[in-house]
Amino acid sequence: MKVIGLVAVNVFKESVRDKVLYSIVAFAVMLMSTTYLIGQLTAGQDIKIIKDLGLASISIFGLLIAIFIGIGLVWKEVEKRSIYTLLPKPMRRQEFLLGKYFGLVLTLVINIAVMTAAFYLVLALMRLLEPGIDAVSAAPATDAAMLKAIALVVVELMLVTAIALFFSTFSSPFLSALLTAGLWVAGHFNSDLRNFGAVVASPTLAQLTRAMYYVLPNFSAFDVKSQVVHAQAVPASYVALTCAYGLTYIALVLVGAAAIFARRDFK
Amino acid sequence: MRAAIAAMVLLGVAVVGLQALDDRARAALVPQEAAADLLYVQSPDVLTRASLSYTALVADLYWIRAVQYYGGMRLSNGEKKYDLLYPLLDLTTSLDPRFDIAYRFGAIFLAEDYPGGAGRPDLAIALLQKGLRAQPGKWQFAEDVGFVHYWWLHDPTTAADWFNRAGDMPGAAEWLKPLAAVTLAEGSNRESSRRLWREIGRTAEVEWFRRQADFRLKQLDAMDGIDVLERAVQMYRERAGAYPASWPDLIRAGLVRRIPADPTGLPFRLDASNGKVTLDPASSLNPLPAIEQAR
Repeated sequence: MKVIGLVAVNVFKESVRDKVLYSIVAFAVMLMSTTYLIGQLTAGQDIKIIKDLGLASISIFGLLIAIFIGIGLVWKEVEKRSIYTLLPKPMRRQEFLLGKYFGLVLTLVINIAVMTAAFYLVLALMRLLEPGIDAVSAAPATDAAMLKAIALVVVELMLVTAIALFFSTFSSPFLSALLTAGLWVAGHFNSDLRNFGAVVASPTLAQLTRAMYYVLPNFSAFDVKSQVVHAQAVPASYVALTCAYGLTYIALVLVGAAAIFARRDFK
Repeated sequence: MRAAIAAMVLLGVAVVGLQALDDRARAALVPQEAAADLLYVQSPDVLTRASLSYTALVADLYWIRAVQYYGGMRLSNGEKKYDLLYPLLDLTTSLDPRFDIAYRFGAIFLAEDYPGGAGRPDLAIALLQKGLRAQPGKWQFAEDVGFVHYWWLHDPTTAADWFNRAGDMPGAAEWLKPLAAVTLAEGSNRESSRRLWREIGRTAEVEWFRRQADFRLKQLDAMDGIDVLERAVQMYRERAGAYPASWPDLIRAGLVRRIPADPTGLPFRLDASNGKVTLDPASSLNPLPAIEQAR
């Protein structure tokens, strides 16, 4: 456990050195400048659009970090040949891999936490400057329910990170990025696979697509951004169930990644 | 380092200059109107799927585009074409079916008489009914359908029916039922129009609706003013045997006290040949709606 923690902290420090946290600055600048612009461009829908934009940006910035850093976690150690000095140390390969994973998750969580704080700060400022703004939108400007959407974004990104790490244990960074992004996109069309059986004549094909529906990660389940912006109820039980699904899937992917990494020959 | 900065500044200026030249060259190749009228994705289903988990954000972008398109067309000096307005609003509301303001503002943009709007109350009603299918309890959409029937289609009977339907919905404003009764009893006249706009202005949650109500009330005041002035002109004609040549003739005759102005402050125009009083062409209240005075 201690080893995993040490590797994780090291990954976080490395991401700070690699200026990953600059994304927070980019997010804050973008949100502040957009807040001003949006007021000029839309017809009284500033709050809704700022919320949509803020939540989507948190998700997109996180996704880019998860994919592009996730795919390099193992590959960089191999490329720099530092893996040869790390593996003989009193540390199991699985611990090394999990340390890498939790390090990136730590980076992501800190990134998202700061972005969320900046997001709420912008909304609070808008509320302060335009006191009647809450009456115009479906939900209050600084609605705490948005944290549910952000929590699900965190779990979604943890899953993306796990998938990126999984592919990076046996594939090149380019291919890993392509496969992870492909799986993320396919995961959003998952519900179509479930209904595919209704439009195909072959029962085998229908069963196959239904099986794929359960095997592929269902990324669309993590998206409740629109619901929280429109003040629709998102039950805590749904959030808990989706988190449980995400964490179980992450465990599955990490076990697979660890199994592959344990057998990989670095000679 | 200095040389590098100087080179970057120089190259930056060159890039901006070349871009400006390229814009001019491109304008000759692609007419601006054709470029503005381009909607790459027309299918709401395709766009909803392609947006993955960012449908709300893409809806916002289409909404901004719809607002800019409408505003740009309305303010343009050339021929005003609103062909893309409904497809843009349809895409916006398909991407985010709970985007209330896109239905409500969109209906106003569509229903407004050409050239101030698309002059398509039928599409405005279609958009609002799409909103009602997405959110059957949204009484504001039913109220807006009634409003389009009343204000733009001059059909008080159907309008009253929709105001009634809106009034029956849970949480509806209490003034809808009385409004339905008045609309049905009085038909389409200025007094019931004034009552409708006062209620819209009083209960509006969005500033834009308040401004719109204020604007429409000013139009109705201007129409009342025109009626009063035309009566004064007729009285002058009965006394003098001819129409007044200008407002000072009416002032000297003691029929008006000063040069009359519309609610925006611009003087009314008097046509000496037929005694007709109109708004100054520069008045922002143009064109006045086709609502008749109750007799």
